[in-house]
Amino acid sequence: MKQNEFLATVMPFKDKLYRMAKRLLVSKEEAEDATQEVLLKLWNKSDKMGSYKSVEAFAMTMTKNFCLDRLKSKQAGNLKLVHSNYEDGQHNLQRSVEQADSVSWVEKIMEELPEQQKMVLQLRDVEDYDFEEIEEMLGMKATAVRVTLSRARKAVREKLIQKHSYGIG
Amino acid sequence: MELDKKIEVLLEKYFEANTTLAEEKLLRDYFAQDTIAEHLEAYRSMFGYFNKAKVDVYTKQVPLKPRRNVNFRWLSVAASVIVVIGLYFGQLGYRNYQEQKQLEQEQARYAYQQTKKALNLLAENFGKGTQKMAYLKTFEVSKDKIYNEN
Repeated sequence: MKQNEFLATVMPFKDKLYRMAKRLLVSKEEAEDATQEVLLKLWNKSDKMGSYKSVEAFAMTMTKNFCLDRLKSKQAGNLKLVHSNYEDGQHNLQRSVEQADSVSWVEKIMEELPEQQKMVLQLRDVEDYDFEEIEEMLGMKATAVRVTLSRARKAVREKLIQKHSYGIG
Repeated sequence: MELDKKIEVLLEKYFEANTTLAEEKLLRDYFAQDTIAEHLEAYRSMFGYFNKAKVDVYTKQVPLKPRRNVNFRWLSVAASVIVVIGLYFGQLGYRNYQEQKQLEQEQARYAYQQTKKALNLLAENFGKGTQKMAYLKTFEVSKDKIYNEN
């Protein structure tokens, strides 16, 4: 496969890979690195690309695995993501800034979700994939996808309503 | 109001993960409006965020190196050629060594034969010496006889 051919194949979904990576890794730089890594791996395998049912789904699975590995090794190296512990410290400042932009709450809320829920929510509500694609990408059963998705959406709603009433009260 | 009802129903389905993609789009579009029913206001940021999250793009250039097409078939061919060459030269060296060893052995055998011959010769001459000594014995006997008679 030629380089421009490869780029043409990858172009339509590279942003989706990046957004998925960012959802999992949070940091922009890390997400960019992860995306690059995945694209390079894909490029090295591009000879076999024809044999994959869906290159996009395959690439998404690679991204998922790569990011989860990253997270795992980070946890092992005791480099926990920073954002999980600035909840308490600058409470007031944080809150007043966030109130101006309640949309970013949702981002924060999503950061707190378990990885599986994060991924399903990302793939469905941000990227609009249908259920079969999500099943393939995450290697999950149909019912599992729906249950996880429902849980994720409800979790977001719950926290959002909490913050809402808290903000008002 | 009709729409609000519909949205409420959709929301219910949405949280059970039973909505279709089209229905979810409907929800997102509804919450993107400026004016929505007050009791639904709480969901606005949720769907608003999903819309916002879609636009984040990956801008970095991927440095695609022209692939080093390491074909493992050729790699194995190269490896086996090296092995064959190695075997050939090894064989040659071994044979040389063998030949040299044989030569040495022959030389050693020759030297051994020569020494043996020389020693045999020596022994033969010694043999001759002892034969001559036998006459001395006769001389002794006759000498004794003469002495005893006197």
